[in-house]
Amino acid sequence: MKRRDFIRQTAVFVAGAAMSSSAMVMFDPKQVLAQRPELRWGFLVDTHRCVGCGFCVKACKIENDIPIEANVTRTWVERYVIKQDGEVLAESPKGALNGFTNKRIDQNTSGMIEVKDEDVAQAFFVPKLCNQCETPACVQVCPVGATYQTADGVVLVDRKWCIGCGYCIMGCPYGVRFFHPKEHVADKCTFCYHRIVDGGDTACAQACPFGARKLGNLRDPDDPVAKAVLYGRVGVLRDEYGTKPQVFYLGLSKEVH
Amino acid sequence: MVEQLASMIVHGEAWTVKDLFVLPNEYVYWSIQIVMYPYMTGLVAGAFVLSSLYHVFGVEKLKQIARYALVFSFALLPVAMLPLLLHLTQPLRGIHVLMTPHFTSAISAFGIVFMTYACIVAAEIWFVYRKFIVDSVVRLAAKSNRTIYQSLLLQIYRIISLGAMDVSSKALESDHKAVKFLAGLGIPVACFLHGYAGFIFGSVKANALWMTPLMPVIFIFSAVVSGIALCIVSYYVFMEIRKRAAKGGWNFFLPETIGHDRTEANYEELSSMQDYEVKMTSKYLLIFMTLAVTLEVLDMIFRGYTAVKSWDALRQVIYVHDFTQIFILQGLLGNVVPFVLLLLPRLTVRRAVTASLLVLLGVFMMRWNVVIGGQAFSLTFSGFMHYHLPIIPDSIETFKEGLMGALLVIASPFIIFYFLNMIFPAFIVDKKKHQ
Repeated sequence: MKRRDFIRQTAVFVAGAAMSSSAMVMFDPKQVLAQRPELRWGFLVDTHRCVGCGFCVKACKIENDIPIEANVTRTWVERYVIKQDGEVLAESPKGALNGFTNKRIDQNTSGMIEVKDEDVAQAFFVPKLCNQCETPACVQVCPVGATYQTADGVVLVDRKWCIGCGYCIMGCPYGVRFFHPKEHVADKCTFCYHRIVDGGDTACAQACPFGARKLGNLRDPDDPVAKAVLYGRVGVLRDEYGTKPQVFYLGLSKEVH
Repeated sequence: MVEQLASMIVHGEAWTVKDLFVLPNEYVYWSIQIVMYPYMTGLVAGAFVLSSLYHVFGVEKLKQIARYALVFSFALLPVAMLPLLLHLTQPLRGIHVLMTPHFTSAISAFGIVFMTYACIVAAEIWFVYRKFIVDSVVRLAAKSNRTIYQSLLLQIYRIISLGAMDVSSKALESDHKAVKFLAGLGIPVACFLHGYAGFIFGSVKANALWMTPLMPVIFIFSAVVSGIALCIVSYYVFMEIRKRAAKGGWNFFLPETIGHDRTEANYEELSSMQDYEVKMTSKYLLIFMTLAVTLEVLDMIFRGYTAVKSWDALRQVIYVHDFTQIFILQGLLGNVVPFVLLLLPRLTVRRAVTASLLVLLGVFMMRWNVVIGGQAFSLTFSGFMHYHLPIIPDSIETFKEGLMGALLVIASPFIIFYFLNMIFPAFIVDKKKHQ
């Protein structure tokens, strides 16, 4: 073979290989097959409706097999009390598993704080759960790819693959992740993925007696959640981290983040 | 019942005390072993950089300690992995990091960087000791009355010589070139190994204390500082032992005399060498310390000056909760005092070693203050978490992530070094000048 032919054939081969491999990038079969342009799960929390009963926390723990007395939880409710002098007090004892049944505020080692009724300027409850971020920090930092995002936007953990390094727990700006006390792997809210893929509702939304929690499809223009997000004035938690959270709040106050 | 109760204890709960408003899932998840991890990798990287000062830049004065630092760095290497393994809640799956790395994660690079680095150090040791290995094979093979130990050693040397028995001056010249090349290549890789340990922390955007691009650079310089300090301290200690052993004739502590029938170690010679090497090395310690402290102070000033949202909580942690750890243990005892000790005229070996010990404490406290301090405040910025190091273990968890686990990690490199030193005597005196 002449040198000229060799160079020519090599050039043809390289060009051909580059073309075909770039096609693989353009039409990544995994992406094409998994993409669901018609479905993106989202969540709406109406803080005005929450009364801090803690039914959602209980329902979640039972549904998702998180030991009821263990001090970790996939969802929780926070109580905020803002005093007349502007001081903000907040708490979430046991994640509000048993609801807020008295007026004293649990400040952990600093003890219980009593606030007189006349000193209270406002008080409200804020339910929290995984934000199923569009660009999740936890998925980014997992060293083995055990936590991943599904095509419909939910972030899940593979319990058989997680090594338990805790990097995702550190990486989450919302503190929704923890180590499962029995499985010894990272755990978090999944929007009750096992239920919603079969057309069910999340356990917390179903248990809420006041409709403060609502799951919806953000890609469906007729979905109540999608409508609320599009037409209403909603807020999200800690958007400064660039994670694009997909849990939206009605009546979010500046004290909450 | 007891079993049921045990399953209720959440990972992190045993050593975390919460104060004020802390989210329900927040605990000090990264505890003592994650303090040990950057500390140990730092020591590896630092020891290697010290050995490279001689091999690459030809700093003749560091010749003896350079050889020791290289072998000690190799002994430290496997131990850098140990804290990570002890920290995992699924230690048996640790291999996944190497087998299925997820490359958007900073930790996933660990396998590749670590292995590359291990290969470089191993290769460098091989080239440095190649002549010695060949000599040993020839000498031990010629010996008729070998002890069991010497027969074993002969087999080991035969294997690690890899059949390369050429010790002509031409071959040795190319060995020398290879050492220089590997040591040169090793510096950026060592910096990368440790810089990326800093990146693991610096890139956690959810953590206000960790997130700074300065973190990897701070980690690199403090790594070099701690590595050099440990080499000084351990070199001093080993030389003390060897001096005593040479005097008292305890060959147990002079591995080369057991394996190689050497009797060249004598008290005065060892003493003057120890004196010279320790003093020389401490000069380099001073240079790297200045750089490390400058960066740390810059970071602190910058945080206070820009005072973003998280500063209120950080200030509380830095100036109130962790004041002793940061300003007394790390700042005063770990930086200022050794700095003064090293700068005062008429430096003695004892003083240099004391300063190095304090530097080691200072760097350890720096890691502590980064790792534990970074988890001392809640994501809410309105609550705090206090870490209580488990001292007496009452479960596997409190053993692994307690004082005992940390001591295990600290002790391991010395045990490994003891055996490694028998194969690659780190203290043999090479009378030939550096070419």
